[in-house]
Amino acid sequence: MTNTRPKVIAVVVALAAVALIVPHTNSFVILLATRALVFSILVMSLDLLLGFTGLASLGQAAYLGVGAYLTAILATRYHFGLGYDFWLVVLLGMLAGAALAAIFGLFAIRASGVYFLMITLALGQCVWGLAYRWNSLTGGDNGINVSRRPNFFGIDLANRIAFFYLVLFFFSASLLLMYIFVRSPFGRSLVGIRERELRMKILGYNTWLHKYIAFVIAGAFGGLAGVLWIYTAGIVSPDNVVLTTSVDALLMAVLGGAGTLIGGAIGAGVVIFIREYLSTLVHWWQYVLGGVYVLVILYLPGGLMSIPERIRQWQTAQSKSSVTEALAPVRN
Amino acid sequence: MRNNIVARLGAVLIGICLAFGAGLAPAAAQEELRIGFIAPTTGPFAQVGADMLNGFNMYLEKVNSDFGGAKVKLIVEDSQAKPDLAVTKARKLILEDHVQMFVGGVLASEGYALAPVSTELKTVYISSIAAADDLTQRQLGNYPLFIRTGWTSSQPNHPYGQWACDQGYKKVVAIAADYAFGYEQVGGFQKAFEDCGGKIIQKIWPPLGTKDFGPYIPTIKADADAVFSLMVGPMALQFPKQIRDSGYTKPILGGGTSYDEAALPFMGDEAIGDFSALQYSAALQTPENEAFVKAFRAKYGKVPSYFSESNYTTAMMIEDVMKQTHGKWPGAGEFIAKMAALKVNAVRGPVSFDEMRNPVQNIYIKKVEKTKLFGYDKPELWNIVIKTYPNVGQFWTYGKDTFLKQPVYSRDFPPCKYCE
Repeated sequence: MTNTRPKVIAVVVALAAVALIVPHTNSFVILLATRALVFSILVMSLDLLLGFTGLASLGQAAYLGVGAYLTAILATRYHFGLGYDFWLVVLLGMLAGAALAAIFGLFAIRASGVYFLMITLALGQCVWGLAYRWNSLTGGDNGINVSRRPNFFGIDLANRIAFFYLVLFFFSASLLLMYIFVRSPFGRSLVGIRERELRMKILGYNTWLHKYIAFVIAGAFGGLAGVLWIYTAGIVSPDNVVLTTSVDALLMAVLGGAGTLIGGAIGAGVVIFIREYLSTLVHWWQYVLGGVYVLVILYLPGGLMSIPERIRQWQTAQSKSSVTEALAPVRN
Repeated sequence: MRNNIVARLGAVLIGICLAFGAGLAPAAAQEELRIGFIAPTTGPFAQVGADMLNGFNMYLEKVNSDFGGAKVKLIVEDSQAKPDLAVTKARKLILEDHVQMFVGGVLASEGYALAPVSTELKTVYISSIAAADDLTQRQLGNYPLFIRTGWTSSQPNHPYGQWACDQGYKKVVAIAADYAFGYEQVGGFQKAFEDCGGKIIQKIWPPLGTKDFGPYIPTIKADADAVFSLMVGPMALQFPKQIRDSGYTKPILGGGTSYDEAALPFMGDEAIGDFSALQYSAALQTPENEAFVKAFRAKYGKVPSYFSESNYTTAMMIEDVMKQTHGKWPGAGEFIAKMAALKVNAVRGPVSFDEMRNPVQNIYIKKVEKTKLFGYDKPELWNIVIKTYPNVGQFWTYGKDTFLKQPVYSRDFPPCKYCE
């Protein structure tokens, strides 16, 4: 097993840098960083399935939607979750995401490969359909606005920096929990299932249950992303639950590097930066985004996270070839 | 390995910081009016976004970006017609670009998402297109810095329902895009039509973005005298073609966006004879409109749609207020008050505001005809105005108080009493 300590330290240093630098930038960057962090939680939850269990899900936006709608409905109808009870809402949001995943998992986990993709797509669109059609509850196409943010411990989250730190806290906690999860024996057996399910079955693992539990946990983190999303964006509409959001999450995970967790966050950061920041500067941002996708898929199948690896390979190849060149005349 | 990543991240973050540092502009000497403009410039609504922006820009160029002495700086942001992105961009405009107001939003959902931002960040929001009824009706109290220069979805459809009834139609089938804008259009039409004695006998709701109406057209009840259709974007092009190809010959009464000039130039002769109702037609026979159409067409190569006219007029109204203050920004609240008191002669006709900050304006009943107009040499499709209802407000003849007692028009309201 490779030594992972340098990687962990690099991530911690990067998070510390984000925590220190972002609040000193302007408010738009703070807003975008907050959005990217929230979306990263969703992408990392998807990476649990995609990268570690080998299940490409096209319905991850459904859990974001459930968490966001639940929070929005509680806040607007019952004024619940705007004080200390925010933490209860976080728990409820995660439970709602997990519960939905527990139901969906019963249908989806039986399938694999492209069938899993299609079933999760269909189930995700069911949630979209509900959000779109159940007007009395979800506001239909107009969605639900939540104009207030919670306020507790004397901290008003309407303050952008306070809210950014809260989201950064949830992001770090999620990253840590998911990291512990994938490094646990349970997580290792998921990787085993990804590599060769039949062998794991023969070894006596209940692979269905393993996948099901991973699916439910991914749903819980999706729900958490939803709770934070509604307070970040201030609005949830069917647009956030629709297929393109799920596809975005999948693309971000692949862009950053599936099976790396933090890669998902990098992917989300890059895409959100191009789509929401670059688009304020130039009108040809779509070409940049398309170009990044194409280049990464062509030349970096392991995603952006594989860049250091690539460089090292390239360096070794260089030194090897220089060695052979140096030896060549001798051999002659 | 570690150094590598850290160095990279550090470099990127420093780069970001530098980029922002360089972006800070020095304070301007002349009085400057900073206007944010939120429209989809990419995605399926990009054409509509371009129409909106062209209208606004045309007015800016006409007055050389000078509003009563204030130099106008227009900052355009792409919403991609997504409500949450519209909100993000609005925040950017207010917090970073320090705009005094922002204009725009296309979909009803964008309007509902943007209005709370104006309240929260105390910035004027002018909706030139987003037509969601409740923004200037039951929810107006939440949005003290909001004003609308366009229309409410149901506004043209009240007189339209009356007109349809006057034409002798007894039974009408409604087919409309399945979202709030569709509900409010159908609702307005149904309310006025049924109050006058007509009957809506069927409502069909194809999803927004439907391109194949094959499953819906055969279900249209045969005993209807006419069809009321509300189509948006690409739907507007497909529906007339497909329903006429199926052999349907009865009149089609299109809602506002079904035949507007954003879609009409791309339609074929199948659209001839169809009706629609809106506060603007490019075929309006007034000197102001003729000049506007010719100038717009010379500049942008197409006939202006209501999306363009509405934003052109919005720019004009902002200028009118700034002229009153001699180019000084009066403050958000005062600006709204002054704007709501305006009475202007716009390209679309006379426009004033009701007490709920929604325009009171002419509604035109229009018929698609192929003809030569304004001296253009080729016969083209135009929305010829066949009847004008002057000074129509959002409450039609019902009165504000009575009207606001009923719920907002929805999929279930008014209920379909005559549906079998």
